[in-house]
Amino acid sequence: MKKKGIKIIIALILFCIALIVKFNNEWINNIIYIISYIIVGFEIVKKAVRNIFRGKVFDENFLMTVATIGAFCIGEFPEAVAVMLFYQIGELFQDYAVDKSRKSISNLMDIRPDYANIERDGKIQKVDPEDVKIGEIIIVKPGEKIPLDGCVIEGKSSLDTKALTGESLPREISEGEEVLSGCINLNGLIKVEVTKEFGESTVSKILDLVENASSKKSKSEHFITKFAAYYTPIVVIIAVILAIVPPLVIENAVFSDWLYRALSFLVVSCPCALVISIPLSFFGGIGGASKMGVLIKGSNYLEALANTEIVVFDKTGTLTEGVFEVQKVKAIDISVEELLKLTAYAENYSNHPISLSVKKAYNKEIDEKQIVKTQELSGRGIVATIGKKEILVGNEKLMKEKQINFEKCDDIGTILYVAIDKKYAGYILISDRIKEDSVKAISNLKKNNVKQTVMLTGDRKDVGERVAKQLGIDKVYTELLPDGKVEKVEELLKKKSEKGKLAFVGDGINDAPVLAISDIGIAMGGLGSDAAIEAADVVLMTDEPSKIVNAIQLSKKTMRIVKENIIFAILVKVIVLILSALGISTMWEAVFADVGVSILAIINALRVLRVKKIN
Amino acid sequence: MKSRYKIKGLDCANCAAELERSIQKLDGIENVSISFITQKLELEYDETRKEEIIKSVKKIIKKEEPDVIIEEV
Repeated sequence: MKKKGIKIIIALILFCIALIVKFNNEWINNIIYIISYIIVGFEIVKKAVRNIFRGKVFDENFLMTVATIGAFCIGEFPEAVAVMLFYQIGELFQDYAVDKSRKSISNLMDIRPDYANIERDGKIQKVDPEDVKIGEIIIVKPGEKIPLDGCVIEGKSSLDTKALTGESLPREISEGEEVLSGCINLNGLIKVEVTKEFGESTVSKILDLVENASSKKSKSEHFITKFAAYYTPIVVIIAVILAIVPPLVIENAVFSDWLYRALSFLVVSCPCALVISIPLSFFGGIGGASKMGVLIKGSNYLEALANTEIVVFDKTGTLTEGVFEVQKVKAIDISVEELLKLTAYAENYSNHPISLSVKKAYNKEIDEKQIVKTQELSGRGIVATIGKKEILVGNEKLMKEKQINFEKCDDIGTILYVAIDKKYAGYILISDRIKEDSVKAISNLKKNNVKQTVMLTGDRKDVGERVAKQLGIDKVYTELLPDGKVEKVEELLKKKSEKGKLAFVGDGINDAPVLAISDIGIAMGGLGSDAAIEAADVVLMTDEPSKIVNAIQLSKKTMRIVKENIIFAILVKVIVLILSALGISTMWEAVFADVGVSILAIINALRVLRVKKIN
Repeated sequence: MKSRYKIKGLDCANCAAELERSIQKLDGIENVSISFITQKLELEYDETRKEEIIKSVKKIIKKEEPDVIIEEV
């Protein structure tokens, strides 16, 4: 790039000399022009000659060569040099801009650890993270990046997760806790037992995902490459016609005039401004989003987000904390402690948040030998044999199905009815908190032209409706089984307008089928959850639903820039083409329409990188 | 099957787009995506004919863009 720059400067100086100084013999000026041309354009001409032999006539090197040599032939020396000179300046600038945006995007993603400290043969060594095996112990000093996912076995510290989540609050960690690669260790020295190889670690997965996102191209990109495929040949063909037909048909037409116009066409025929600026905008948008803690897995999804019309939320863990707490235990003919114990035993093997909260409330060791059998009944509850007792734990449906004579409870929350040996024994009331962030998210979605917000939940009608009302959600469907959610989303998909998109937001663990059928599947709390990263199109690294609003805003900004560039570039080119055909504009305007537009479009595309956190 | 390559030395975005179109036309290629910005080539193809397909892809790159280097990731 430096060499190219020097060549351009020398050529530019020679060009200015020839343009300003009037030598006695005009040929001296012309020779200086030619020298300047050779310095700056030799590479292009060389490539062009090579391309002819390969049958690539619509190549930009070839077009530029024909246009400039043509200009020499009709005696337009300054123009010939200027076209080549400015073309090269434009190319140089373009290289620079692309290089710079590549770098600034990889800086955004500057989470790749360079080394891992490992204790081998009693000495601490720095090794490549790729060489560390599962089970080895790594040491992470304050200020270092955690190189691999693992579990803390010694030490305490706080971690900066900003690069992964966009979250500025440090996270406290201590012995026994999981840590993720890519976080920065802020203060304490910690020893970590590695649980995943580098290639499987969070940091690799995220980098991989962002880097490969540009492979999934958007409609705008497909449009523009298709456009380019037709644009260049059409302009070149018109140029040929322009050079040949008018001089034959029109009386007194001067061939060199029309040839000049045709050559201007060739200068404008390169579609590069569009072809580079559109993917660059998307790439920037994806990079900017990842800085906010939103991973977008393809340009197509970034594009789709701008047209979000319906946002469907899963309730638990998405809009609510998903942290359930036992609020009340009512026991009939049995002690509260005993009821809680039997329920905890029955729920022992389930990882559902409800079960976890029961186990947490019980807070004693569970003797698994006493658990004879447990069976989960989807959407209803659990049937278990604990010791010699048969325990039923579940919702109203389960009680009715098993014909248990139970007392209906009207408290708000999730109610687990318990029956022991077919006899009603009481209930446990569990409830969940709404995230503070959710209210903000819903109201901001409305402000960003999302027409409808919907909440789906397996929870009871009164609980669901109360949550929806508090949040200001438009529609709520309750008491849904997993396949019921799929059905509802399918219904909603039919209702939306043709261009509008439906986004589903869930925790990515139990809702893979729904994520898959939605236009945009968004999984939340992706940090550390492989399942979520795998299943979704967009991953929110933190568990704040308001990040969706940020993503939609960024998407809209990206699309606005893309549209500006498409319209601006095509408009300028078409106008200059018309003016050239009429003989009003010169080759100078043609150079602007090619190189100038390219540069402006790139500068415009880079605007997308400037993301502010939008609240 | 999917394979990814690093593709270096492409001149311009339009060259990338043209190359993409030529590769797409090859027999056995299900999908191809070249990103000029990230310098990546992603191929989806019939796995049973892997060697033959990769060879023809390399050949077409050599023909259209002789300065380009491709590396396996």
